[in-house]
Amino acid sequence: MSARAGEPQLRHVGLNLLDTDALEPGEAATGLYGFWLFLMSDAILFALLFAIYGTQLTATAGAPGPQDAFKIGPTFVETLILLTSSLTFGLASIALKYDRGRTGLVLWLSVTLTLGIAFLGFEIGDFRTMFADGATPDRSGFLSAFFALVPTHGLHVAAGCLWIVVMLAQIAVFGTDARFKLNLLKLGLFWHLLDIVWIAIFSVVYLQGTLA
Amino acid sequence: MPETALPYTLSVGRGSWDRSVARLASSSAVFALLPLGGCSVLDHGMLGAAGPIADQTRSLFLLVCAILVFVAAPVLLLTPIFAWHYRLSNTKSAYRPQWGFNWPLEGLIWIPPTIIVVVLAVFLWRDTHALDPYKPLASRHSPIEVQAVALDWKWLFIYPEEGVASVDELAFPAGRPVCLTLTSGTVMQSFFVPRLAGQIYAMAGMTTQLNLAADAPGRFRGENTQFNGTGFQNQKFAVLAQSDDDYASWIARARAGGRTLDPAAYAVLATRSIQAEPILFGSVAPGLFRSILGQNDPGLHAAHGHHAP
Amino acid sequence: MSEGGHWLTLFGRLNLRAFPFVRAWEDPTVSELIGAFAGALVVVGAFALVALLTWQRWWGRLFRDWLTSLDHKKIGIMYVVLAGVMLSRALVEAVLMRAQQSLAVDAPGIVAPEHFAQLFSTHGTIMIFFMAMPFLTGLINYVVPLQIGARDVAFPLLNSISLMLTAGGAGLVMISLAVGEFSTGGWSGYPPYTGKAFQPGVGPDYWIWAITLASLGTTMSGINIAATVYKKRCPGLHLTRMPLFCWTALCTAILMIFATPPLTLATALLALDRYLDFHVFTNDLGGNMMNYVNLFWLFGHPEVYILILPAFGVFSEVISAFSSKELYGYKSLAVATMAIGVLSFTVWLHHFFTMGQSADVNAVFGIATMTISIPTGVKIYNWIWTMFRGEVRFTAPMLFALAFIVTFVLGGLTGIMLAIPPIDYVVHNTVFLVAHFHNMLIPGLLYGMIAGYLYWFPKAFGFRLSEVWGKIAFGCWVSGFYLAFMPLYVLGLGGMARRSQALFEPDYRPWLLVAVCGAFLLLAGLVSLFVQLWVSVRDRDVNRVPVGDPWDARSLEWSVSAPPPEYNFATIPQVDRLDPFYWRKERGEAYRRPERYDDIVMPRNSWVGPLVGLTATVCAFGLVWHIGWLSILGFLGIWIPVVARSFVRDIHRTIPASEVEATDRRWLDRAHTVQPVPRERETEPANLGLARPFPPQVPV
Repeated sequence: MSARAGEPQLRHVGLNLLDTDALEPGEAATGLYGFWLFLMSDAILFALLFAIYGTQLTATAGAPGPQDAFKIGPTFVETLILLTSSLTFGLASIALKYDRGRTGLVLWLSVTLTLGIAFLGFEIGDFRTMFADGATPDRSGFLSAFFALVPTHGLHVAAGCLWIVVMLAQIAVFGTDARFKLNLLKLGLFWHLLDIVWIAIFSVVYLQGTLA
Repeated sequence: MPETALPYTLSVGRGSWDRSVARLASSSAVFALLPLGGCSVLDHGMLGAAGPIADQTRSLFLLVCAILVFVAAPVLLLTPIFAWHYRLSNTKSAYRPQWGFNWPLEGLIWIPPTIIVVVLAVFLWRDTHALDPYKPLASRHSPIEVQAVALDWKWLFIYPEEGVASVDELAFPAGRPVCLTLTSGTVMQSFFVPRLAGQIYAMAGMTTQLNLAADAPGRFRGENTQFNGTGFQNQKFAVLAQSDDDYASWIARARAGGRTLDPAAYAVLATRSIQAEPILFGSVAPGLFRSILGQNDPGLHAAHGHHAP
Repeated sequence: MSEGGHWLTLFGRLNLRAFPFVRAWEDPTVSELIGAFAGALVVVGAFALVALLTWQRWWGRLFRDWLTSLDHKKIGIMYVVLAGVMLSRALVEAVLMRAQQSLAVDAPGIVAPEHFAQLFSTHGTIMIFFMAMPFLTGLINYVVPLQIGARDVAFPLLNSISLMLTAGGAGLVMISLAVGEFSTGGWSGYPPYTGKAFQPGVGPDYWIWAITLASLGTTMSGINIAATVYKKRCPGLHLTRMPLFCWTALCTAILMIFATPPLTLATALLALDRYLDFHVFTNDLGGNMMNYVNLFWLFGHPEVYILILPAFGVFSEVISAFSSKELYGYKSLAVATMAIGVLSFTVWLHHFFTMGQSADVNAVFGIATMTISIPTGVKIYNWIWTMFRGEVRFTAPMLFALAFIVTFVLGGLTGIMLAIPPIDYVVHNTVFLVAHFHNMLIPGLLYGMIAGYLYWFPKAFGFRLSEVWGKIAFGCWVSGFYLAFMPLYVLGLGGMARRSQALFEPDYRPWLLVAVCGAFLLLAGLVSLFVQLWVSVRDRDVNRVPVGDPWDARSLEWSVSAPPPEYNFATIPQVDRLDPFYWRKERGEAYRRPERYDDIVMPRNSWVGPLVGLTATVCAFGLVWHIGWLSILGFLGIWIPVVARSFVRDIHRTIPASEVEATDRRWLDRAHTVQPVPRERETEPANLGLARPFPPQVPV
């Protein structure tokens, strides 16, 4: 894909949105702006979940506490997987911008999707281990706060995966038209935010919990 | 209340100027409220103060009312005056449709409210500390310790020093400070004796504190003000400020009754019910309050320092 | 599977005793009969509505012209209609509560405690989430795009989804009248009382899901409004040239974005406690209800300003228009608005001074609270000085604005009292507090919304509302307010706890009797508004204002026809200063024919909003009654239209320039031929929406 010669080019965070006609640049800017607002609102949700987790750290009520409940090994693998998925998403964005074909884009999106699903698989495995160890949310305020915070992130990742599937389907149906590009841009922001939230979860919940 | 009648004074005194302002405000506010008629209703609350905390709160309230007159008066005067004077049908009034800003006026709009807030903030800081419910009342008498447990829909009062307990009847000698330690055996409630002191929440697994006193013997209404179910409106209790002798005989009556407040008796009390008559217990199982607290607090709320018992 | 098992699978907790009619049949007390009557009203009302729509063959029009419409004006109107319906219910409940209290001094009264608790819970929940929020969102929706010279909001489809989610939440509260019961935990729903251990029934679940739907809708509305104000302003309309209503809308939107997530989280965590045995807010096993209290008020206090700021915006417009004058201190008002927005996040703790924090903490939050009164006071004075050297016309909206200034200041005074912790200790949780927040919200929200409704109605529908009935409504709303709430201040100082179904203090009785009279007057105020609407619709042909500027007003929404075309502006306006329409009229540039017309692209209708609203409500209903299959079906149903929509590319339609030109020409011709009306006669049929320049120009 390439910009039509002679026309002014509007570049949005690395993506050229002007070479298809259906979308005005103003509309794209508005859409992205709105999505940033949504992300801020979502970030507040996570911030509050972290705050509640912090107040409930000692509320273990005889149930397993951080040291007993968390396994650092699998969560470290999860961290690597999710960080890698952010990289592959970035590669998908670059493929959208520079590649003429769609192969790179589809490939990198599929890799990201696979990593996302793998992350969820590992996370569910974690929860199963915790359940087997008797660390269930109905046992203490601490575990309730944990199971409010971490699975909320997991649900976000699941939503992100569903979104990638939808985007892959859209490539098949519409190719990379302007709406697709805009949506991919939003999905990218969403995916990277989840990465940032996970880094906080890994540090605050898992590292602090197992190393303290 | 004449000050000399008080067997103790609160540790934060007021300057004489301060007090006279409060007096002035008090008399003018009472005057303002008079036309409302039937003001006996006000005697049931803080304005009918019967203890040092409520009394100081009343002074603060009246002082604030007096200051706020200066906030309200300009608005209440200017609004009708401007609206009427500049009405469309008044052809003699000036008309400047494109006038919309003036620096001196802007100063007049921003600065006086700021000054008033600063003044109020000074009083706020001082009295919030002076009237902190956790602050023990200064007195030459030692305080009466009472442990209060909020239940549905009644209050349990345990007197650890005397080893007695009562339900829906809080008795203590007038003129002596009372130090309440509160928790809840059920949902959150709010302990309030309007004529003596402010209110404080009682929450399960945590304790809060309230210090109060009555100036003279009397019977006051206590209540829970936090809605807690169908018996809420009936959850009132009697507060008996008594002479030393009456208090002693109240304790003796409790002991003579011979009822024991043990975990089994507590379990009966803790069921949801409206208490028709006060109950007195002559003895209390040791550590009952702590065990009530412990039912919902497996040492969990360390993070909330101020609530530590 | 046993019979009971089948029942459980199919209907969850739903059984015959869920219906108030059955309960009233089994136990025909006055209280149950009132409940059954209210439930019957919902059922009969729903059937009557369906019958009317079928009989008049309005179904098609209802869906085509309204429910699936993405036009911000229609969505705004639907929000206001929703608010009106919910206001009616919640006001009747208020009257019932006042009646109960006035009868129940040392007596049982007419409403049982359980029923009374549902009344104050639904009253509060509805008034905040399903009356105030839809009303202000509706006004913002209708007015802001017109004021900033835009054709629509930033995200028209999201707008429709927000509306339908809010309506779904309101629907749940209505359904709870006829099926089951509502929460008894008040509008704030404090656990542990609302936890499963104390309230195992469906009441708190109805509350949780109604609030959750509304809060999601509100977050989306906030995003939409903020993006609209930031990104859709017409050329030249800098932030500092926006009408003040847009500033307040922007500030409200920002507060919605940042303050609603704590509410969503609070209700979601409470749901986890109730459904999955979590212990976030429970008494036992380390739950901590103080976290809920903090979350709720972290939302709750900014919410107060979400509610009040748009009304401040309305008053700024109304007072400026009906004083025939520029708003005094525009910049200072904008600064004050934003200052209030920021400060509103720093004061939430004053809702629980009595929870046992240290004196330092209480004092800091108390002082922060009083600080808000500075920018608020500034606003009051700005409005007063706007009238200075103006030409004030006492129309109904202006009367509401004047009553607001006086009444709101009194509420502000008691607010300052409550901000002082030691005073708060003695009036918290009493009816003094109830009087205070009604004293803020009735003038500071409802008067504003009514004023806005009266002010912009001619713009939206093309004819003026009856001035006489407007003034009657004004009289009822104002006198009713004072009679209903001033006694509560006295009673609160007398130690009367709020939410009391019965009272045991004879001294309270006279004051409660005065209050119930006030409540009936307030109800009369509402009835007058409905009569006004009916009378005005009946007489619409003599009160038409087709040219669109009935009040000789100043901002862009008045520069188009009434009602405005779907695309608002035939050509996007250019703005070079504040009050653009006033200056156009002043320079004689108003109603000019544009040089050229272009095709206009507008969004097509969409079924996504109604479908999402419906499926979300179905999901919530399933969750309330523990009907697994229904909630799963509903949940999946939410996503199908959303995903399907992303595969629709043909979402716009084009209105040809010729059609735009024809419509615009017709309107302009009319504007050039009708007789302008002087301000003295603006409430007469002579007012066709064209204002005569003022002051009358002396012929040279």
